[in-house]
Amino acid sequence: MSCCGSSPGYDDLNEVSRLVSAKLAAFLRTLREAGFRVGLAEGQDAATLMSSGYAARPGLLRAAFKHLFSARKSDWDKFDGLFDAFWLGKRVRSRSRTIGSAPGASNPSLKSLQDAAAEQGSNQSAVDQLPSSDDAPEGRSGEGRMEGASRADNLAEVDFRKLSDPDQVAQAHEAAARLAKAMRTRLTRRDFARRRGYRLDLRRTIHRNISHGGVPISLVKRQRKDKPLRLVVLLDASGSMSMYTSVFLRFIHGVLDQFREAEAFLFHTRLAYVSDAMKEKDAGRALDRLSIMAQGAGGGTRIGECLQTFNRWHAARVIHSRSCVMIVSDGYETGDAALLGREMAALHRRCRRIVWLNPMMAWEGYTPEARGIRAALPHVDLYAPANSLQSLRALEPYLAKL
Amino acid sequence: MKGRDEIAQALAASGYIADADLATAISLMQLLRRPLLLEGEAGVGKTEVAKALAKVHVTELIRLQCYEGLDQSAALYEWNYQRQLLAIQAHRGTDSIEDQVFSEKYLLERPLLAAIRRAQAPVLLIDEIDRADDEFEAFLLELLSDFQVSIPELGTIPAITIPHVVLTSNGTRELSDALRRRCLYHYVDYPDVDRETRIILARVMGASPSLSLQIARMVEGVRKEELRKVPGVAETLDWAAALVGLDVTNLHDAPETVHETLVCLLKTHEDRARVTPEVTQRLLGKVA
Repeated sequence: MSCCGSSPGYDDLNEVSRLVSAKLAAFLRTLREAGFRVGLAEGQDAATLMSSGYAARPGLLRAAFKHLFSARKSDWDKFDGLFDAFWLGKRVRSRSRTIGSAPGASNPSLKSLQDAAAEQGSNQSAVDQLPSSDDAPEGRSGEGRMEGASRADNLAEVDFRKLSDPDQVAQAHEAAARLAKAMRTRLTRRDFARRRGYRLDLRRTIHRNISHGGVPISLVKRQRKDKPLRLVVLLDASGSMSMYTSVFLRFIHGVLDQFREAEAFLFHTRLAYVSDAMKEKDAGRALDRLSIMAQGAGGGTRIGECLQTFNRWHAARVIHSRSCVMIVSDGYETGDAALLGREMAALHRRCRRIVWLNPMMAWEGYTPEARGIRAALPHVDLYAPANSLQSLRALEPYLAKL
Repeated sequence: MKGRDEIAQALAASGYIADADLATAISLMQLLRRPLLLEGEAGVGKTEVAKALAKVHVTELIRLQCYEGLDQSAALYEWNYQRQLLAIQAHRGTDSIEDQVFSEKYLLERPLLAAIRRAQAPVLLIDEIDRADDEFEAFLLELLSDFQVSIPELGTIPAITIPHVVLTSNGTRELSDALRRRCLYHYVDYPDVDRETRIILARVMGASPSLSLQIARMVEGVRKEELRKVPGVAETLDWAAALVGLDVTNLHDAPETVHETLVCLLKTHEDRARVTPEVTQRLLGKVA
């Protein structure tokens, strides 16, 4: 939506002085930058309020604007600070502001991905990057269906840790997003299972049988729509997972983007609800917002405590009987492994399936020795590697069967 | 149209103890003609707001309880099939029977249709909108912006009056941005000690001011414990009524009774086990 401050045709604004209307437009911009969804209608209503006596009473105006511009609890909580800072010039505690930038430019997890890969002395040398005819391997449709051995196909097998140059990283991201999109489409298409004969549609039956004198000879049935599968993703954003975090963020962004029912959380030492940030249409912006949330990693991973938080505060809201919980983590628990086991059991009672993706699983010689993984595994329905696009793709048939 | 202060007084007179923000929200509903979306934990008194609003406007409250699978026939209108079938049987052979059986006479109003056809604007409470599915939400959004209903057999029915619409949500499902933006938003939190004291005084016969304050403080303490089901205002009122019924006038004089009656607040086995007599004592210690 465009800003409404200086656009003509604003009858209400004519009553408000030019100075105030400019200030109001600037305030709307501030709100948008802070993540509020403010459209033309809200702007007009705000102008109406200012011209109907609210402008003279700041306390009242703040309460009125708060109701008008907030759309969710997070808006509600931060509105007063924003209002006071803007209109009353009060200092406000700094809050994370997202700055639209090129994807990855200010993304710590992306940077760490590249740094880590560089440190590894990755065997993908720059020689592979000759500007040759197989440049632009972007498949326009289903990923990995191009003829010949394209780089995208090769990419499917490559462990995410070993992606070195920015182009490849970008490609992996694209591919992950495309894969998520394809998965989403197929999964949701499957959701509309037709079960004929679930219930009579009396209204249509009557219509159809008027010619029989009202005797219901031909019946019209209602088709019931199945609940769609709901995917709840819990992504480990701790230091030990940093090489994988950004690709998974991108994958999750793809899944959440228009997937009818999906929720996402990040965890390291704390749990953060990130669905809202993930629903940013612009992937770069979403990743920026997420990388801010992922900060604070490095103090170990308290999977048990984070799951406890999830079970207590979020599970009732985001989980129903057709939910699949996908945990992406290496299972290195620095907290209490017994607690993790208990919380996993509680979570398992609530949802349909728990899928645990462990990128380390595909490493040669890896066995699930970590205490966390050992405590969690008895409650996991599917334990699979997730270190390359290939392994992500292998999940789809499983999810489609739920 | 009532002003904010007038609304605050009317709310108090109707027995609803509101914070100042809510009176603002209600006056904005009239000024901007927008629905009000109330969000908050279960038991904070969201539905009560709609009831109080109906008292403030001295009008009828029409309630639509949402649930999964709610569709137009339950929410908007339905044809009276039994009567239609009888009429068709009775007028067999009449040409115009189809027009007759799909007339107003055979139409059953459901809450949404009733709400736009009243002579005086009612309060329409759409309770737990998050339990309905996306399709219903989209349909509701259309109704809330046009305030007219299309019935294929009858044509378009415009609104006689525009109802005062209140939606509540517990957040079991994320609502669409479109619906959120259409509404004024108000977050209903657990009341603070002062407000809860006034609620107890207003609602529980026989509760003295000092006992009401003690109960509100105790409940505040209980809410800070790590419980699976945090007690809401309704639970507080139950507990207060129980204590008054047992002739408790001061919580410190009857610690055992206090502990035993905590069943009014604690609704799960785990929570009951968590609040041991020692915990009750500790919480009582903080209550002056």
